[in-house]
Amino acid sequence: MNGFPSGYRYTKSHEWIAVEGKTGKVGLTGYAQDQLGDITFVELPQVGRQLKQGEVFGVVESVKAASDCYAPVGGRVTAVNGRLETEPDLINRDPHGEGWIFQLEITNAAELDSLMDVETYTRYVAEQGEKG
Amino acid sequence: MMGDLKKTPLYEIHLKYGGRIIDFAGWALPVQFTSIIQEHRAVRTAAGLFDVSDMGEIEVTGPDARSLLQRALTADLARAVPGRVVYSPMCNHQGGVVDDVLVYCLADDRFLAVVNAANIEKDYRWLADLAGEFPAAHVRNLSDDIGELALQGPRSAEILRRLTEANVDALGYYRAVENVDVGGVGCSIVSRTGYTGEDGFELYCRSADAPALWEALMSAGKELGLVPAGLGCRDTLRLEAGMPLYGQELDDRRTPLEAGLDRFVALDKGPFVGREALARQRAEGIRLALAGLEMVDRGVPRTGYALLSGASEVGYVTSGSYAPTLDRHIGMGYLPPELARPGTEVGVNIRERVAKAVVVELPFYRRKKEVKP
Repeated sequence: MNGFPSGYRYTKSHEWIAVEGKTGKVGLTGYAQDQLGDITFVELPQVGRQLKQGEVFGVVESVKAASDCYAPVGGRVTAVNGRLETEPDLINRDPHGEGWIFQLEITNAAELDSLMDVETYTRYVAEQGEKG
Repeated sequence: MMGDLKKTPLYEIHLKYGGRIIDFAGWALPVQFTSIIQEHRAVRTAAGLFDVSDMGEIEVTGPDARSLLQRALTADLARAVPGRVVYSPMCNHQGGVVDDVLVYCLADDRFLAVVNAANIEKDYRWLADLAGEFPAAHVRNLSDDIGELALQGPRSAEILRRLTEANVDALGYYRAVENVDVGGVGCSIVSRTGYTGEDGFELYCRSADAPALWEALMSAGKELGLVPAGLGCRDTLRLEAGMPLYGQELDDRRTPLEAGLDRFVALDKGPFVGREALARQRAEGIRLALAGLEMVDRGVPRTGYALLSGASEVGYVTSGSYAPTLDRHIGMGYLPPELARPGTEVGVNIRERVAKAVVVELPFYRRKKEVKP
């Protein structure tokens, strides 16, 4: 598992957030999509919804199982990736790019400090692998 | 955790082929090698090879062997001649399902029951207890000594033909032959059976020979599109084929009549365990019936989700998934019989949101039968 984008921030539950100004784009990491396997359904958050950090924003279902997804930071949902409704496997094919899930306006930028940078996340994923 | 799991004789092979190992009923088995959807498609269009060595094998022998099985099983074994394979539920006295098994008639006094991995001990004790009434029947659990591979898919016969002198094409559906050499490995049984809705074979050998049998099949089948296949697609394939899975569609509370397995319940064959309860249920009518479900709204029906008619809870989902062949989300579940008719709309409670589904005929998928040459 290599190639997590270096500018992104990461959660222990394997979401990423790419920040530009006050806006954050959120998705699942390549590690998460690999663990889930073929993704067949994505439940997107409502545009306008106010999320707290760590709150469940949606559900991703693979052939195997349903998994909750958690907001990396708090904020208001400003856009969702509608393509996922017909092409949920975009998350499998391009997890850090075209497979983004939603955008939000970040409420408190300080919350970003609680997230991992790419080096820390890469180590974290390697440890997950060892635990089996 | 994974260290405590039982390993099949093919564990090292699964690692070699890149299988992702999970805990399946206490067994370390691969859920997938590449992708569940890819493996599923390979089985529908070419062939897949499954390790099903976790399944149990219980041998019943002796002059009373057939009588014991006639008592234990709901299907009629009276006309099962050597070489026949019979599918049957095995019921408790209330008519609930102890297990669903495949019974091989190998000789008039020698049968092999192939049982679900999670039920091996329970089934063995159940049969051994019943054998108290049949002193000339002997029940032995051979599960640890036997490896089992399932070769499934439309090209299975072509692959097997390359490895054996046996007349593969003459072997009919639900027929078995004993002592077949397959690629240099002595198979105790080869049968034309499976759990995918495709043509295919199940091969039984000594545990120690299972890796050699796997490799022989893989190398003979590779150029015909054979891929290693995991538990994930085993589940989606059987779901599309409308086949019940013990622990989901079947358990000790649901009866074979509720599960739609009427043709495997021979109420007129003579006494068997559960017969009175099942005869009563047939006379009075069932209160729940297994139905096929197809999602209308977006969402995935999952095991245990409530099924609704209007606002009231009327049943539950037993299995559900994306169906790769149909490219839609499907499921099975129990509903009152009047709602289990094709065309009926029901609600599925998915995380406190009600998504619409429609009842459809089972199975979801039926293969096109090949014309015999």
